[in-house]
Amino acid sequence: MATGPSLRQLVEERRVLVCCGSGGVGKTTTAAVLALEAARAGRRAVVVTIDPAKRLADALGLEGLTGTPTQIVGEWPGELWALMLDTKSTFDALVTANAGSPEQGQRILDNRFYRNISGALSGTQEYMAMEKLYELDQRRDFDLVVVDTPPTRNALDFIDAPRRLSRFLDHRLFRMITSPGRGIVRAVNVAAQTFLRTVAKVVGAEVIDDAVAFFQAFEGMEEGFRERAEAVRQLLSDDETAFVLVASPRRDTIDEALYFAEKLGDAGIEVRALVVNRMHPTFGQGAPTVTQARAEELAGTALSGLYRNLADFQRVASREEEHLAGLADAVAPAAVVRVPFLPTDVHDLDGLTVLAGHLLPAEASN
Amino acid sequence: MDPARFFAASRLLIVAGKGGVGKTVISATIARAAARVGLTTLVVEVEGKSGLATMFGQQALDYEEAVLSAGGGPSAEGEVRARTLTPDDALLDYLRDHGLSRLSKRLVSSGALDVVATAAPGIKDILVLGKVKQLERSGEVDLIVLDAPAAGHAITFLQAASALLDTVRVGPINAQAREVLSMLTDHARCRVVLVTLPEETPVNELVDTAFSLEDRVGVGLGPVVVNGLYDEVPGLDRSPAEAAAAAGVVLRSADAEVLSDAACFRAERMHLQVEQVARLAEKLPLAQIRLPFVFTAEIGPAELDLLADQFLAELSALAEVV
Repeated sequence: MATGPSLRQLVEERRVLVCCGSGGVGKTTTAAVLALEAARAGRRAVVVTIDPAKRLADALGLEGLTGTPTQIVGEWPGELWALMLDTKSTFDALVTANAGSPEQGQRILDNRFYRNISGALSGTQEYMAMEKLYELDQRRDFDLVVVDTPPTRNALDFIDAPRRLSRFLDHRLFRMITSPGRGIVRAVNVAAQTFLRTVAKVVGAEVIDDAVAFFQAFEGMEEGFRERAEAVRQLLSDDETAFVLVASPRRDTIDEALYFAEKLGDAGIEVRALVVNRMHPTFGQGAPTVTQARAEELAGTALSGLYRNLADFQRVASREEEHLAGLADAVAPAAVVRVPFLPTDVHDLDGLTVLAGHLLPAEASN
Repeated sequence: MDPARFFAASRLLIVAGKGGVGKTVISATIARAAARVGLTTLVVEVEGKSGLATMFGQQALDYEEAVLSAGGGPSAEGEVRARTLTPDDALLDYLRDHGLSRLSKRLVSSGALDVVATAAPGIKDILVLGKVKQLERSGEVDLIVLDAPAAGHAITFLQAASALLDTVRVGPINAQAREVLSMLTDHARCRVVLVTLPEETPVNELVDTAFSLEDRVGVGLGPVVVNGLYDEVPGLDRSPAEAAAAAGVVLRSADAEVLSDAACFRAERMHLQVEQVARLAEKLPLAQIRLPFVFTAEIGPAELDLLADQFLAELSALAEVV
């Protein structure tokens, strides 16, 4: 059995919680509940959400994308704050902070290629989620920062995003073009120019000009970005940071979660808790095959349907447990929390409270 | 309507929906249903990893076309084929087709593709859709089922063509984008099938996606698929004790309680499902194809056949408006 800290302990003790997992498994609501429970435990907590369903966003008072957290007032001893990640403005702030001069910052912000980055460069949203997390953690206004992550298929997308982006910004090809050529560099430069001219033939010269102008404007800022990326990376593997893997009990999402856990492990990050949402309930102790056989024996009687129905759910539940077993082993000793199918979707504080009852059940005294 | 007519209405069907609603299962189901009426179908996966091949009891897919279920047999079934199609694959194909093979290696190895993709957002999507268009034009298969990226991204994906026309104003990519756009907006060539679960948030998102796709992309929408409906089991409204008495069977009270809890659970969920299906119908004037939740096992070949049968039955029951 799991001997690691419980989810409640994580909520009460850690400084950063990262909710990760594939799309549609309930990461956003899980993240919101964790922050709410931290506030209930007397902590100052902030949750960074990514694309929450409209009704939940409304309930949390998140009217639009903002760079700053909004406080949610409620009857708890701590504080609950929330914000919806705005990739673009987070990136803008990062550029402005790193620019050598206000003019350099402005030149980058005005560049068309730069304006495309937040929407088009894969991994940017992931990076900005991590960047926001870092920024909020550094400000020390909060005891706990909970961050939801984009529905990424590949866990590395966000662990690696900071480094990938700084590599991108440090792009060799464009460095060659923008650096004053000498000797061998000059020769490479000519080759690069030729290459770019060919690319320009396919996508249009304008597109390439924008890119070159961007990398020129960016000159000198790479180091700042690299350092920042490294700092974000360190925060992710810090002892006070815990990763919460969120999944649903379907075979495909379990497979993805397994893959996720493995990749996190490769990056030296352990999953500290596993939340499995939308579990079918378990009814009775019987084996599904026995129940099904009973339904068949009773065919034609009024009881047959009742047994068939029971067999249906027993089958689903045992299949779900089977899928889950491998994943629970893979993340051991992480706490495993099973959340049943809820009768309604979660879209307000009451709903979050109900969910909290399942996620962080009152712990029996030791 | 006649299923054969449904499948003949456009060669390309794009299956889209929020993550977790079973898009890939539905893509596989549609392919099997088309095979049942004798059509050769190609399923195209754009997100790499997916359980598609496993559902057919086959090895994982790659860029090469693989046969997932053979055609022929007594009912003259069509073949189901599948392949993956990622932007990198599509790019290499594109460059080869344009006599630029030498460029391709360099583009990928230097990472310049990322730069180009950022300079011209949507270019990766256009390369993929351009390849799909080429497959559609070639007429090699009767039906192409494109398992699209998850909902939010589906809009961006399908909008890529018009967005790219603004950035790349001349040249072959511009031409490609225009051709893709004309395929997407031609309802006789392409339709989008949206998938949802009978639950609140997925229904809301489906409605939003449907309107966005119609308004912003101009695609034709086929019927929506509501996946995962619990089927009706007779006799759940009776109390187990009463039913046991009627059947002349002795029932322990613990067993009666378990039976009753399970019956209540199904009844409650079915009630919610009915509500959501009705809400969907009210918000979106599109025909619905309703498919059952599969209790018996993970989706494998047998379960796909069951779903395909149901899909065909639901199609036959639809009016001739699709």
